[in-house]
Amino acid sequence: MNQTSAQTWDEFMEGIWRQNPLFVMVLGLCPALAVTVSAVNALSMGLATTFVLTCSCVLVSLLRKLIPKEVRIATYIVIIATFVTVVDYLIQAISLALYDALGAFIQLIVVNCIILGRAEAHASKNPLLPTLINALGMSAGFTLGLLALGSVREILGAGAFFGVALFGPDFQPWVVMVLPPGGFFVLGAWLLIFAAIARRKQKKLAEITQNA
Amino acid sequence: MTSATILPQTTSPAAMIRTLGLIAALCGFIIVAAYQGTYDAVQENKRIAVERAVFKVIPTARSIVEYFATPAGSVTKVGAGDTAPVGSIKFYAAYDASDRLAGIAAEGVAKGYSDNVRILFAYDPASASISGFGLVAMRETPGIGDKILVDKDFLANFPLEAKLTDDLKKLAQAIVTVKHGSKTHSWEIDAITGATITSRAVGRAINDSAQLLLPRIVPNLTQLKEKS
Repeated sequence: MNQTSAQTWDEFMEGIWRQNPLFVMVLGLCPALAVTVSAVNALSMGLATTFVLTCSCVLVSLLRKLIPKEVRIATYIVIIATFVTVVDYLIQAISLALYDALGAFIQLIVVNCIILGRAEAHASKNPLLPTLINALGMSAGFTLGLLALGSVREILGAGAFFGVALFGPDFQPWVVMVLPPGGFFVLGAWLLIFAAIARRKQKKLAEITQNA
Repeated sequence: MTSATILPQTTSPAAMIRTLGLIAALCGFIIVAAYQGTYDAVQENKRIAVERAVFKVIPTARSIVEYFATPAGSVTKVGAGDTAPVGSIKFYAAYDASDRLAGIAAEGVAKGYSDNVRILFAYDPASASISGFGLVAMRETPGIGDKILVDKDFLANFPLEAKLTDDLKKLAQAIVTVKHGSKTHSWEIDAITGATITSRAVGRAINDSAQLLLPRIVPNLTQLKEKS
């Protein structure tokens, strides 16, 4: 792997692991808690956010030299709202059942702080390629985060995964998992796991430095 | 010196307005293109969704025709792009394989436990009864409120008597949800224990809609009998 591709990979992985928007930066919690009652909903919301985040960041990056800093926030919001409207129509065209399941949270992607945050902190300062890689990495991290929540909640709360029943007719679903409190329980558990891994890593690093 | 207190301005107002205008135009173009590009698919999806919902509550139906029941008491076919006349109610006339009226389907809505419960119910003109219902949308507690769709005793409430008074102005007996185990008449709905609020919402949704709609439809049944 040469230096450029290593950098690209690093940029992409940042969103998935070190700066994971959901489990490390703890952003975008509104859709993360509300729509993750099933894996399908979680994946769909993740893909919709991916579309909006990537398209918005690409357009912001392309227009970055043209946008005066005084009106940049208004401009970013208009661009984000545009792609949210596009994804709204696209989901309606793909499946109305999915559109109903995601409800108002499709339109609420406009106010997802991950997107405005990326546009302001990264896309407005970087050329197209790094912006695209960063946006895709962040989107993948967010989508995987939602999927991690949605899978656990669907398996425990409905005894199914992507709609396929796992445990047979005798399974008593743990209904609280598909209710709002279940979202907090599962998110808390995932945050705990992420924090534990990060602490172990830090401990190992400290030991290595001490030994050296 | 007064000039020292003036902050340096990097962008002229004209440039800001120009940029905002340009971006708004570009975004406007993208939105309109997306709307136009998906319009046919969205309309087709909506049509299929309605058709599926009606076929579910009227199993013998093979085709549907949308109608408006106007406050004047007439029924008019809904054409493409028609807007609903003031005070009119939309309903679906469902026809069987030989294009004879298989039933009427209409929406009803009532407040449930957490939000509105929207249902689609089927009216069978031959027996003057509500033959069944399907769900359009609800946000009731999973495992409790959604029993209305699977509970065998609750589904056994149907068909429900829905005869009109002699002057065809209202239902002869209002459809009501009663406490579990106390149903004595064919127009009553036996509630599910533990899901009483959602059961009541179903009863109210059917009753409210039927009270308004059936007096407008029943006098026009001959017009609806054959698919036109």
